[in-house]
Amino acid sequence: MNFKLKDIGPQLMTVIAVVLVFGFFTYNAQVNMENRGIDFGYGFLSQESSFDVQFSLIEYDGSHSYFRAYLVGLLNTILVSVIGIILATILGVLVGIARLSPNYLINKFAAFYVEFFRNIPLLLQIFFWYFAALRALPLPQDAEAMFGISFLTIKGLFVPAFIWENFNIFFYSIVAAIVAIIVIRTHAKKVQENQGKQIPVLLISIGLIFILPLLSFLIGGVRLSFEIPVLKQLATTSFRYEGGVSLPPELIALALSLSLYTATFIAECVRAGIQGVGKGQKEAAASIGLTPNQVLKLVVMPQALRIIIPPTTNQYLNLTKNSSLAAAIAYPDLVLVFAGTALMQTGKAIEIVSITMFTYLSLSISISLLMNWYNNKIAITEK
Amino acid sequence: MSKINFLKPDKSNLYTFLYLGSFLFFVSVLDVLLNSFFSLNLTGFLPDFLSFLLPLILGFIGLYFIRIELSGIKQLDLLNKHINTNNFNAVLSLLIIFIILKSIPPILSWFFIDASFAGDSKDVCTGTGACWTYIKVWIRRFMYGMYPNGEQWRINLSFIALALLGSVGYFATDRFKKYLTLYYVVIYPFIAFLFIFFFISGGPVFFDFSYGIIAAILSIIIGFFIPSKFKFYYFLIVPFALYVLLKYFIFYEELIELGKLDGLNWVETGAWGGLSLTFIISFFCLIFCFPIGMAFALGRRSGFPLIRYISIGFIEFWRGVPLITVLFMSAVMFPMFLPADFFIDKLVRCIIAISLFEAAYVAEVIRGGLQALPRGQYEAAKSLGMGYWRMHIFVILPQALKLVIPGIANTFLALVKDTPLIFVVGLLEIVGMLNLAKTNPEWLGFAMEGYVFAAIIFWIICYAMSKYSYNLEQKYKTDR
Repeated sequence: MNFKLKDIGPQLMTVIAVVLVFGFFTYNAQVNMENRGIDFGYGFLSQESSFDVQFSLIEYDGSHSYFRAYLVGLLNTILVSVIGIILATILGVLVGIARLSPNYLINKFAAFYVEFFRNIPLLLQIFFWYFAALRALPLPQDAEAMFGISFLTIKGLFVPAFIWENFNIFFYSIVAAIVAIIVIRTHAKKVQENQGKQIPVLLISIGLIFILPLLSFLIGGVRLSFEIPVLKQLATTSFRYEGGVSLPPELIALALSLSLYTATFIAECVRAGIQGVGKGQKEAAASIGLTPNQVLKLVVMPQALRIIIPPTTNQYLNLTKNSSLAAAIAYPDLVLVFAGTALMQTGKAIEIVSITMFTYLSLSISISLLMNWYNNKIAITEK
Repeated sequence: MSKINFLKPDKSNLYTFLYLGSFLFFVSVLDVLLNSFFSLNLTGFLPDFLSFLLPLILGFIGLYFIRIELSGIKQLDLLNKHINTNNFNAVLSLLIIFIILKSIPPILSWFFIDASFAGDSKDVCTGTGACWTYIKVWIRRFMYGMYPNGEQWRINLSFIALALLGSVGYFATDRFKKYLTLYYVVIYPFIAFLFIFFFISGGPVFFDFSYGIIAAILSIIIGFFIPSKFKFYYFLIVPFALYVLLKYFIFYEELIELGKLDGLNWVETGAWGGLSLTFIISFFCLIFCFPIGMAFALGRRSGFPLIRYISIGFIEFWRGVPLITVLFMSAVMFPMFLPADFFIDKLVRCIIAISLFEAAYVAEVIRGGLQALPRGQYEAAKSLGMGYWRMHIFVILPQALKLVIPGIANTFLALVKDTPLIFVVGLLEIVGMLNLAKTNPEWLGFAMEGYVFAAIIFWIICYAMSKYSYNLEQKYKTDR
């Protein structure tokens, strides 16, 4: 091995600089913590947290540990991200396609939407929905029922809860339907490649996904009933709904603004992706006699998806990270519950901020790994 | 005249279909128009359900009738081509027309007709419209935060001066064009800092740092007369020597006394706020994040593995965490990492945090530009005998940066849109001030006006920036 000073020098200097900076920081942190009498450690996670959280997916109250509080925050973050991602994808794809519509009005309408929502800070939008728009909703006692079962009030959205009997049989039936669909699809593809016959996969799939769960109701003993929210009077002027599922207004405002904001970016990704497929591809597909639907399904979409997915993944990541703005409107997400309340109570700044950052980092990395895997799967395999 | 088949409009009965179709279409639009502007319901005698759907049905039939290909009438063909290509598009077009017609009156009346503009107290806001009086009363807070009213001319003066200095580039003649980069990258930020420090903050004229500035200016002036052979050593030694000389041997006490004679009151950064703070933060973060990002982009493509891994780690770390946790870190964790008697101002910590955060994004954008350059450019530069730095400064970066103008503009837009997050550390720019004003007991219930006001301001800033970046992109577009 022959090391050259020219190669080693810059690297060595960089490493020394990094080590010096980190060393300086850790030394100071140790001195500071000694002075203030704080000891470093993650032991506090198992201590009793003794604070309550407004909205939680798992059972939680003050007697649970800090780790449980962390889980509550994490689940709430994931919940709002998933809702946001689903809504943003639907809206974004619709708007992206509308941006390409030959219809002048639709095109301009979509463009207006994109330019409008993209250029206003997300935090401002969240505040707008939470403090201005949702505050204009009726009080629980004045709310009108939507479809007779749901109530949208200033206290949140109240929807019926599903009460299942033998839920696992229903779940298995859905899993079985999905497995069957996958098997049929691969089989159909094989048949088409070998014999040129086409099996109506879509019809069979739709049939399966409906019929199997239906069978589970008829013979599997699955029962579904609804628990409809009912207005209860607590005091002369105080009303609330009981029963059913309640979505707090914070969640609604956050999910709404996150998806409206992110959808503009997804729409641009979708538009760029579809525009990125060459005109010649469509013409070639049409000239070999494919129907417009087949052109879209077999030629345009597979190529467009390849352009769309990487930037869209980035937008999903952004949405997940932006969900931390929840702290501004007191939606109990990871940042508010853990980096806010728990930090105040324990004073363990370094531990808590590092755990929070590490959590987001691993969320980001796992989503991007997942999407990279998918991206590789659909990438062109050159022969 | 041939027989009319209403299910199949054709050209032979063009005018019958045209008149009938346009009549139906206009009736439907008129119905919605009257309904929304004058709250007249022409079809009120029908059942609710039908009366609600009737305009849509009428309009749809009307559009169906006038959908005649190659009619020979120019306007009709244009209309058919743009909003009336098939049934589905016709319904969507109608829906959009109706939505626009329906939403104009409430928006107009909220914004202007029923809104209150006059007066200076809450009492004038009795109408159903917006209360712009609220904005009028609070405008100084929204623009300048808690900055004392009597001192606000300092902010205005600094911003006007900086805007004028910033526009120098437009008036520069060809002779001075080559110095522009130096001006914008080094001198202008420095002047901006001085303005902010002396004028907006009201810092003492002489503080420890001023010796450094004097030493730097003196040594640069003398530096012009030094032969280029010795320049490197000169700049290595003389500025520091001058600094030490100035600080410890010549007029130290006198200058400290002089520094106390400052005429401007000290305004601490906690009192800054409003839109001016948004501008200050965006400006400095813009300036800082660009060189840092460039350095890490080069680092990520460097041939030295250790530098590459460090750069990758830096970039991926900042890109993986939300800005709000970074600001949390700067607020609660960062002070722990500094010596106990060492204090960094909240605003400065914020600017550092946002700059590092955005630098990671800038780095990725620039890396995209670097990767997009063909290998031939590198090889050509190397074959001319250029070293690493010379090659990057004169050949690679100018081309790469030109390629990534849209990406960088997007990052800067994101930066401007991220500034409201500084509420986490207790600094209140315009959105923060809105939240403060809305909780004022005398002005409860005007959240909507405030947010709409801020939204309009941000929208104008961001939209102008994106259009400007588009212009830049077109201007610097070079064909390969």
